[in-house]
Amino acid sequence: MTPQIAVFIVLAAVAVAGAVSLILQRHPIHSALSLIVVMVALAGLYLLQGADFVAAVQIIVYGGAIMVLFIFVIMLLNAGEEERTNSSFMARYVGVPLGIVFTGEVAYWIGRATLHLNPTAAASAVTTSTRDLSTLLFRQYMFPFELTSFLILIALLGALVLARRGDSD
Amino acid sequence: MNEFAAHHPFLLVVLPKVVILLFVLLTALAYLTWFERKVVAHIQSRWGPYRVGPHGLLQPLADGVKFLFKEDVTPAGADKFAYFLAPFLSLSLAITSIAVIPFGPSDIKIFGQSTPLAITNLNIGLLVLFAITSMGVYGVALAGWSSNSKYPLLGGLRSSAQMISYELSLTMSVVGVVLMAGTFNLSAIVTSQQGFHWGFIPRWNLIGAPMPQILGFLLFFTSAVAETNRSPFDLAEAESELVAGFHTEYASFKFAMFFMAEYASMITVSCLATILFFGGWLSPFPQTPFWAWTHYIPTVALAVAGLALIAHGVRYITAFGRVVLPVIGLAMLGLGILVSLPGVVDFVQGPFWFLLKISIFLFVYVWVRGTLPRFRYDQLMDFGWKLLLPLSILNVVITSLAIVLTQK
Repeated sequence: MTPQIAVFIVLAAVAVAGAVSLILQRHPIHSALSLIVVMVALAGLYLLQGADFVAAVQIIVYGGAIMVLFIFVIMLLNAGEEERTNSSFMARYVGVPLGIVFTGEVAYWIGRATLHLNPTAAASAVTTSTRDLSTLLFRQYMFPFELTSFLILIALLGALVLARRGDSD
Repeated sequence: MNEFAAHHPFLLVVLPKVVILLFVLLTALAYLTWFERKVVAHIQSRWGPYRVGPHGLLQPLADGVKFLFKEDVTPAGADKFAYFLAPFLSLSLAITSIAVIPFGPSDIKIFGQSTPLAITNLNIGLLVLFAITSMGVYGVALAGWSSNSKYPLLGGLRSSAQMISYELSLTMSVVGVVLMAGTFNLSAIVTSQQGFHWGFIPRWNLIGAPMPQILGFLLFFTSAVAETNRSPFDLAEAESELVAGFHTEYASFKFAMFFMAEYASMITVSCLATILFFGGWLSPFPQTPFWAWTHYIPTVALAVAGLALIAHGVRYITAFGRVVLPVIGLAMLGLGILVSLPGVVDFVQGPFWFLLKISIFLFVYVWVRGTLPRFRYDQLMDFGWKLLLPLSILNVVITSLAIVLTQK
């Protein structure tokens, strides 16, 4: 077993454990903390693939900015622990089987797609340096990139309008 | 031995560097508290710590021992896990960030292995620093929330809001430097500042071409002071309103960990300001034969300080001081002679200028704390969002414009 595989297994286990804990925790803050663990483990996985810029951005944006806002809002609302309820009829007899089917399907397709993949060839084809990435982003994919930021701006404005509706007059 | 080193670079090269740097950093943290108390005291016409050791030099030790032996209470109804996690998170993140800071240009040889004068030299060093900074908010937020007490909660909310707000202008203010250097690698950013205007004014980014980053530096340092929750932006611990803010309910060594984290981030910010705007380890003098005498500035500085300390020490009030102070003076004198030896003299140039620049920034930090009154909370938010952020965006626009116009 190469060190890369060992690190991958550890990080993947941490990510999965974090995700499971995210669902099982009863307190919102603990769930949010679990999500941070998932984000950081994912950043580690990106780093393992040689995508150092993406890894750093993953931590700055998801681990830092977005999750801080989550925690901030939870603290501000002072959300308490949630009560555990028995799962409903729909959840128990439709949700669980559907979930298992979907998981199986995703696993099957990923397994099929990566079975004949040559990992070294795939890795060398991907540009990972920050310079290459920004050249791609700001030259080749300029239009989709700007369009995305425009979409986010619209969402921001929408949130602002909704939040302001109450105290406009 | 070299064979062994080649096969186990981690054991013989990385590990010693980590251990030495940690030791130096933690000692520096302890004495930074002494330095701050002394400087603030003198600004306020007081003496500061004086009783424990000559000039209070053993005060950090006394403080450390006191922290260790205090009772470690956990408030009733606290969220135990988050309450324990918060100080560890704060301190470990603050200390980790020092790992990417380069202290000098030269590759040092450890058992035949060439290695940079930093723990690691990453291509995304600057981004890693910002990633660590952005995670630092959790320590404060969790500490405030988990204490199950009103003042810490309010303090935690305040300071996390403040840190989120100022992180934006902090990150935007260095974009100008990144544009000029064309890299996120901290070593490469320093080497991009080599050279001199008209042969004697260093081309540091602060006054570099094509666009001097004076505005960028002012924005960076202001945001950084706010980001590290230091005065005049220390609203998190406004004593008159919030007792002590997010760490009110912490005692003993967990409190000390928050304290050390604050000082560690002060050091990191000073290192970053030096690297980004003041040429890092580069000497302010040109490397020509005419300026060769500047290589002996470290020796002269250490020797003068050592002699002054001896002269002052032999007339000190206590017998203990009459022994300790001259011994420290002699040590400095010896160190001064050591760094003038051929071979050593070139090696110490980088670290010497780097440490000197950091010390100046640390002094400014303390000076600002001793001089300026605290902001009001709404002023703080206005200042960050309505002044610093637009100005930092303006700086990015101007710098990129200047680069495009001069590129041709």
